[in-house]
Formats: sequence, C-alpha cells, structure tokens
Amino acid sequence: MTTSIMIVGVGGQGTLLASKLLGNVLIAQGYDVKLSEVHGMSQRGGSVVTYVKYGDKVYSPIVDQGEADYILSFEILESARWISYLKEGGVLLTNTQKTWPMPVITGAMEYPEGIVEKLSAMADVQAVDALKLAEQAGSPKAVNVVLIGVLSRRMDIPEEAWLKAIEETVPAKFLELNKKAFRLGREA
Amino acid sequence: MKKLMLGNQAVARGLYEAGCRFVSSYPGTPSTEITEQAALYDEIYAEWAPNEKVAAESAVGASLAGARSFCAMKHVGFNVAADPLFTASYTGVNGGLVVCVADDPGMHSSQNEQDSRHYAIAAKLPMVEPSDSRECRDFVKAAYEISERFDTPAVLRTCTRVAHSQCLVELHARDEQALKPYERNPQKYVAAPANAVKRHVEVEKRMEALRTFAETTELNRVEMGDTAIGFVTSGTCYLYVKEAFPEASVLKLGLVNPLPVKRIADFAAKVERLIVVEELDGVIEEHLRRNGIRVDGGKDLFGYLGELSQNKIRVALGAALPAYKAYDETVPGRPPVMCPGCPHRGLFTVLSKLKLTVLGDIGCYTLGSGAPLNAVDSVLCMGASIGMAHGYTKMLGEEAAQHTVAVIGDSTFMHSGITGVVNLAYNKSIATVLVLDNSITGMTGHQQAEPHHGPDAAERAHLSY
Ligand SMILES: Cc1ncc(C[n+]2csc(CCOP(=O)(O)OP(=O)(O)O)c2C)c(N)n1
Ligand code: SF4
Repeated sequence: MTTSIMIVGVGGQGTLLASKLLGNVLIAQGYDVKLSEVHGMSQRGGSVVTYVKYGDKVYSPIVDQGEADYILSFEILESARWISYLKEGGVLLTNTQKTWPMPVITGAMEYPEGIVEKLSAMADVQAVDALKLAEQAGSPKAVNVVLIGVLSRRMDIPEEAWLKAIEETVPAKFLELNKKAFRLGREA
Repeated sequence: MKKLMLGNQAVARGLYEAGCRFVSSYPGTPSTEITEQAALYDEIYAEWAPNEKVAAESAVGASLAGARSFCAMKHVGFNVAADPLFTASYTGVNGGLVVCVADDPGMHSSQNEQDSRHYAIAAKLPMVEPSDSRECRDFVKAAYEISERFDTPAVLRTCTRVAHSQCLVELHARDEQALKPYERNPQKYVAAPANAVKRHVEVEKRMEALRTFAETTELNRVEMGDTAIGFVTSGTCYLYVKEAFPEASVLKLGLVNPLPVKRIADFAAKVERLIVVEELDGVIEEHLRRNGIRVDGGKDLFGYLGELSQNKIRVALGAALPAYKAYDETVPGRPPVMCPGCPHRGLFTVLSKLKLTVLGDIGCYTLGSGAPLNAVDSVLCMGASIGMAHGYTKMLGEEAAQHTVAVIGDSTFMHSGITGVVNLAYNKSIATVLVLDNSITGMTGHQQAEPHHGPDAAERAHLSY
C-alpha cells in the first residue's frame, strides 16, 4: 500500500521545506519514501507541486490524477487547479490565502469566487487561514509549518515524531516559533 | 546509513564513491545540483566553466592526466559540448570520463525537448540511464568501469524526474583511485586524419565489444511476471510501468546504448504482447524493428511528446483509471514571473514602451517575453541574440537597426555571446547589444558561473549549503 500526498502552492511559499519535513517524518517511521518536485522556472512565482509518497515499496515518484490521499494546498486557486489529483475519499487541506496570478493582475482574467464552497461540495475539505495562524505564531513565513500541523492530525503518526522532525529541519533560532506554528495548525 | 537523496545529489555521491577527482560543468536545469553537491566533497575538485564545451574539454584534459573526471550539462548543453565529445570518442580516455546529460521531457525549464540518446548513438558512446537516486549513484560507478574497460567516455542520461526526485540511498565509502600515469601516445590522442582513421577502427571494435557486453550486463535486467504483457523500458518509465502494471513482465534497460538484441528477442519470445515504453523518441522501438523483433505497441500508443506517467500507460493499454473530479470552471494559469525588484523588470518595461524589436536570449530575462511585458521578438538558444541581431540588421538596414536590440545576460554573454560580438566588429555590424549584467546566473539558481567575477563552484556551494 502506497500513500500519496501532494503539496501544492506558489513558488516562494515554502513548499519545499514542508516536503522536506514530511519526508523526514516518514523516513523516521521506517517507510520507503519518494519525493518529487520540479526545480527551475516555476520557482519564479509559478504554480509549484511536490509529490510525497510512502509505503513498503514505492515505484513512481509522481502522483497522477485520482491518486492523492491528501492534497496540502498553500493557496486556494491552486486547490482548484489540482483537485482532480485527489482520489475518491481523499482529503483536501487548504490554506484560504489568495495570491493573484499574472493573468488576474493584468486584468485578463478574474480570480474565481467561492472556490472553498465549490470544492467542499466535491470532496472532504478542511480550509484553514494558515497565514493568520502563522502570524499568531510569530512570522508569516511559518505558513508551511502551520499546514504541516493541519496535515499531521489526519495522519497516524505520533506528535513527538513530528516535533522531532521539526527540530531536525528548521534552524535552532526559529524552533520555538515553528513548534508553536505546528501546534496551531494541528489544533485548527 | 541511508539518506533521502535527490537524483542529482546521488550522482554527486556516486562521483565521490567512485573516486572521481575532477568536475567541470556549466549549469543547466535539471543538471545543476550535481556540480554544486560534488563541490561539497573535499576529495573532488569542482568548478563552473563558462560553457559546456570548455567544461567537457577540461574533463577530457583531467582524464588525460589520469584522473577519474566528470562533467554535467542539460540536454541542450550537449549541443555545445558535442564537438570535443564526438572526437573524445575516438581518442578514448586515460582516467575514466563520465559525462552526464539531463533531458527535460515536458520542457519544465527548457527551450526544446531533444532526446540525447541520439547523441550517444551518433558519437558511438556507451550510455547508461538510471531510474531513481539509488541507481544514479550505482550507475555512475558502472559508467566509470565501462569508461575504463572500453577506453571511452561514458554518458549518464538522466531526466527531470530522476534528477529532481528523492529516494533513500545507502551510503558507501569512497573507492580512492590513484592517478593513472600519463603516457605520451600521439597516435591515440592527436586526432589528426592519419591517426583518426586508425582510431575509427578502434571505435567500431569497441562498439562491437559493447554490444556483446549489453547482452550480459546486470545493468539490463528481466523481471518475469504475468506473461500476457511484457514491457521493454528504461529510466523513469520503468517506475511508471511498475506502478501501473505491478504484475507484468518487464525488461528494464540500464544500458541504453548500445542496446542488446538477443536479450530482447528472448524476452519477446516469452510474452504475448511486447510493449515498448519510452519518453520522447522511439529509440528502443526502432532498434527492435530494425532487428526484426516484434513490437505490439510503442510510439503508436504513447506518442513523442512530453512526459509519460502511470495514468498515460494505463490509458494507452485500456486499463481502468482511478476516478476523480475536476474543477468545472477555468482556473487562471500561474506562469512564472520575474521576482519583485528584479533589475531586468525596468529594462523590459522601457523596451516594451519603445516598441523595439528585441532579439532576446536565454535567462531570467526570457520572462520579459510574457505578459504583461510582451517585450521580446525571438529567443533561440544561448548566445543567439547577438548573431541574430547582426543578420537581421544587415538585411533590414540602418532604419530598422535604430529600432532593434539584442538583449543578453552576463552568464549567457560569457557562455557564447562573446564570439558574436567579435563577429559584429569584424563584419562591421550596426547592431546594438545590451548586456544585462546582474553578476549572477539567475535562471539556474544563482551560480557564479561567470569567469569575470565571483567565487567558484566549491566556494559557492560551501556558502549556500
Ligand atoms: C546550452 C545551454 N546551457 C545551459 C542552459 C541553461 N540556462 C538557461 S539561461 C542560463 C544562464 C542565465 O544567466 P544570465 O545570462 O546571467 O541571465 P540571468 O538568468 O541571470 O538573468 C542557463 C545556464 C541553456 N538554456 N542552454
Ligand atoms: S532570479 Fe534574479 S535575475 Fe532571475 S528573475 Fe529573480 S531577481 Fe531577476
């Protein structure tokens, strides 16, 4: 059995740290783990996606349409973009933050309204204002760890394992901030 | 100890473990991290060269000196390095020489989708293709053994999904390699016609020996399962096949040039349907057809475009797809844009306002071609802006030249723009060239790959990791 997670967002939002943290937690649990992300162009504010897969033996590093057990989304438009990757019965955990893409900034297109409501009619969705919680924890940059906290509650891995992985992944001087961010996400 | 490693990081680990001493590369997605990671090992001398040709020549020189040496490039980088490498195929090596070429099916960060396997065939070089990080490490070692045993540069082919995926890799110790003594041998190393004629004979003998090797090497392996379908595949496609059809029989090719014949024919005889799964061109499929081996599905099912995936293989073979629901409204795209505060932005705003004809080049500033700036008329390959501006203005004259500029970044200028400028002077051009010097190779993640300033790869890597 392989479990598939997708982390989606906008280049520069800190999705890479989230996937690294998740990878570290899963390895410590003794799973075979594969992580896949595309570096390069998309990091310049483009749409970014990271695949995290784990189980006894993982083959393909990518997640295809209808295969994701969880989608962890950093931006609500990205949730709409990637929802087709969620499997039947899968869970979408989404930040409610909006970042306008270029076609919306230039006025060529409009930012769609009511995305959360629409998505909620399609799948099991938990929407969280991760930016607010991150600021509450002490820094807007901690959105990624807040969202990891949200995901952690859905997964069958003890809290200590997550905290340990946070200790190993983030710089020491931001440790307390990130632990707080994680807890706020976990309790959201 | 096991570590989660990026494919590129695992290639660097392979270099370390194989006793490699010398790395010279020019950055290019998705190959860049190999050299950055190799620079972290004290035992390896690693540097950025101004372009892939110089990098390859430096690695050939280090090989001549007796060191296991290496260079990495993206697929289009091989176009630039092809000249030395086609003839290094004739001269052979002293210390083992491995060249990594990283393809980009789907063009995540590239201007074309060329399939570098054609280069291995044309240059008569052995090529290995790993499918994950563990194999990246293992195949680097195998490539050095092939290089030294068959007296040839060996090519390691990766692609975006292999280079930028991570899996667990067991770490091994370094196998230190003494420098092989350099012995003067002009008949081998001076590629003048009289010598090269004789070397070509050796090259053909070597290909014959490699074809025999291909029949038995463990780089190629058969996994027999259900015999209703047998897949012949390599690289990342192997993983998609295993995901989509875990029970099926698979012939996984790790040595992709030269390809075995008998081994594939034997496999074909044992299965009912033989399906070839490969991204981009039908290199394996054509090999089978040429050798009279039955193919029941290949490019007719998968086409020549972009990346494959487990679902694409399921669809092609009529298997059920996992159910899903798509969002039923158009979702605005999110193309990459220049960073806020990027110095290129102001320039392109002006170019756009002045409505100039802009012959662009490759780098972050290529993003000036997109909305809302829409400021660029052409982009071809690194360095092309200057040559094109010359030809364009020669034909259209002074009036047009007043409204035309070539725009090129500093790293691209050093890479292959300089010779264009020499040409402007020599052929009395009237073209205008803007060099956008941001003192960095922005596009590929801020390497100081410009010889005119900044620390080398080793210093940079220590600064940034
Ligand atoms: C032959 C070749 N090698 C490498 C690349 C990858 N690549 C694209 S642009 C670029 C350099 C960009 O640097 P620079 O010209 O300084 O522009 P900047 O991105 O800093 O604006 C590189 C290495 C390529 N496209 N073609
Ligand atoms: S990475 Fe540097 S050169 Fe590239 S868009 Fe950003 S600021 Fe500009």
